[in-house]
Amino acid sequence: MTSTGGNETVVSTVKAPADAARPVHEGETLLEVENLGKHFPVTAGLLRRQVAAVKAVDGVSFSVRKGETLGLVGESGCGKSTTGRMIMRLLDPSFGKIVFEGHDITKMSQGRLRPLRRDLQMIFQDPYSSLNPRKTVGAIVGAPFRLQNIEAKQGVKKAVQEILELVGLSPEHYNRYPHEFSGGQRQRIGIARTLALKPKLIVADEPVSALDVSVQAQVVNLLEDLQDELDLTYVVIAHDLSVVRHISDRVAVMYLGKIVEVADRADLYERPMHPYTNALLSAVPIPDPAERGARRRIRLQGDVPSPLDPPPACRFHTRCWKAQDICKQVEPPLVELSPGHQAACHFPENTTVSATDAVAKAAVAQAPAPADEPADPAE
Amino acid sequence: MTGTAPAAGKAGTGEAPAAFLEVRDLKIHFPTDDGLVKSVDGLSFELERGRTLGIVGESGSGKSVTSLGVLGLHNKRNANVSGEIWLNGKELVGASQTEVRRLRGREMAMIFQDPLSSMHPFYTVGHQIIEAYRVHNDVSKQVARKHAIDMLGKVGIPKPDKRVDDYPHQFSGGMRQRAMIAMALSCDPELLIADEPTTALDVTVQAQILDLIRDLQQEFNSAVIMITHDLGVVAELADDILVMYAGRCVEYASVDNAFHQPLHPYTWGLLGSMPRLDRERSERLLPIVGSPPSLINVPSGCAFHPRCPYADLNDGKSTTERPELIELEPGHKAACHLPLDKRREIWTDEIRPKL
Repeated sequence: MTSTGGNETVVSTVKAPADAARPVHEGETLLEVENLGKHFPVTAGLLRRQVAAVKAVDGVSFSVRKGETLGLVGESGCGKSTTGRMIMRLLDPSFGKIVFEGHDITKMSQGRLRPLRRDLQMIFQDPYSSLNPRKTVGAIVGAPFRLQNIEAKQGVKKAVQEILELVGLSPEHYNRYPHEFSGGQRQRIGIARTLALKPKLIVADEPVSALDVSVQAQVVNLLEDLQDELDLTYVVIAHDLSVVRHISDRVAVMYLGKIVEVADRADLYERPMHPYTNALLSAVPIPDPAERGARRRIRLQGDVPSPLDPPPACRFHTRCWKAQDICKQVEPPLVELSPGHQAACHFPENTTVSATDAVAKAAVAQAPAPADEPADPAE
Repeated sequence: MTGTAPAAGKAGTGEAPAAFLEVRDLKIHFPTDDGLVKSVDGLSFELERGRTLGIVGESGSGKSVTSLGVLGLHNKRNANVSGEIWLNGKELVGASQTEVRRLRGREMAMIFQDPLSSMHPFYTVGHQIIEAYRVHNDVSKQVARKHAIDMLGKVGIPKPDKRVDDYPHQFSGGMRQRAMIAMALSCDPELLIADEPTTALDVTVQAQILDLIRDLQQEFNSAVIMITHDLGVVAELADDILVMYAGRCVEYASVDNAFHQPLHPYTWGLLGSMPRLDRERSERLLPIVGSPPSLINVPSGCAFHPRCPYADLNDGKSTTERPELIELEPGHKAACHLPLDKRREIWTDEIRPKL
């Protein structure tokens, strides 16, 4: 299955490049994102004419299976939060497709989307600004019931108190205000609100990065316990690679609006293929003084280029130490190089597929595509 | 060095110490309407030239207040500062504002956490470095400008002669932090305090900045205080580590001891809370229960006792008596009631295997 699966991926790439990103996995797919993009217009002049576009997300495809946690990592400005917000339809995608439980929600009106919101919830980064300071905890966590017109069996108050207990707060907190709580407790209130209606998919945008280390660990453990208990599916957006490794089943690495590598957790951290992933992993400071100087650190030069005018072809070539001429001319497609491990690179590392194979594959994937579908937005 | 007094100078003697920087029994309290906030409550440490001290702790543990106190940046009207800070033989707590201002920038400088809010948006980066340099050095604008360009080049900003006239908003986050470092180093300070210098930055940029601070320290032989909550950062950079909790030092050790044989339950908790890339993935993290205490109502006895899993092993001493910071091995101090053997046993048997 796996070897033919790999071939199929390449073949389907020829027809529709977006399909190439779908990994071959068993299990029910809950969320499917195809060639999703968001361009923010930059306007100038009296008539607000569009002069440029910030290509925040430029064609990402991935799928999330039921019960798994997908980690989305990358540096600031790589488009990971924009992707998360598009999945939630808090931002309207410029192009691409979002399919949630078989429903295409890309263009769904807010009215028709509302019932689906029950199943699709978000945890925000900043526990200080994501809670209304003038509402009590009870009102904040109870809001979803009110908005969705849901009658809880034993009354909303009882239901809210149960959820508060579930996330490790006490039911007496019902009448308190957010300012009476610490950062970690506030984040728990945010999580309680998210869980109120027993959603299926939770998009967590940097759920722990505003918290202290000791409290961070509490919230990470809580998220994992809740997943086991309530059979939740997470998309966790984070920049901290060690947190992502701890919490995710699969990890997607983003760079400048594109996914450069997707793999199972162990695979990605032990055998990263894309040079960018390698550089990211090598840059994480290791809390062990014995390791100091022993590790080979890949020092990337410069900063991430502007998404206003991203480099052509492979977007990483301006900072990549392996870049050749081909990287500046041909964009490497995201293809499966080993089972369940996709990378978009002409010269991947840690793989049995040699660089030339990957290039040949890339050539196969690239060449016929413009002829078949010249108007494909991915090209 | 002007300090000729014997090195055995203790707190309160008022004698100049031998160490380059010595802080003795520093207390910084803020009277507020709700009560007295004891942000720093009796902190002592020493630092030599060319060495790096990492101060670690959670938010609200008093790390930043300490660094601002060393620089004399607290307003005397709303902060009660007591204790002694000796920098290169001069006492700073009792010194006049003008005296401290003369030293600040020239002998000691600070890199702040957020480079966007700590630079003036209205002036060019060059203007701000030139201004800082000319306050302490009697040179013409041209000379100062050339110095500013040199410094920007030294911290790795491309085309420094052009970028010197840019405004802070034209720099990316990493470049702004480099510019901050250039400004801090423009007068060759002997003491550099970096307060969470990389927290706002991405990992790849963080790696660049840490390398830069290390290289510059070797070049200038300055003493560096590195304040951070990220144990990975101190493991990379620091020689010694001071762990702070509720305004006090709970453990002071060399970097090897702090990571390989820590002697305080709070340090164990910090190590267990971190997911680590260099180990097999553990099924669960080992968080510290509860949250950091309010500095107005610091728990009685050992401030860590409400969160400490071993607080019951001391016959109630944890809740009534504050443990003193005791030197248990040369250069390794910890403040804990647990008997030393018991602590070693817990660390080797219970904590270390789970990390």
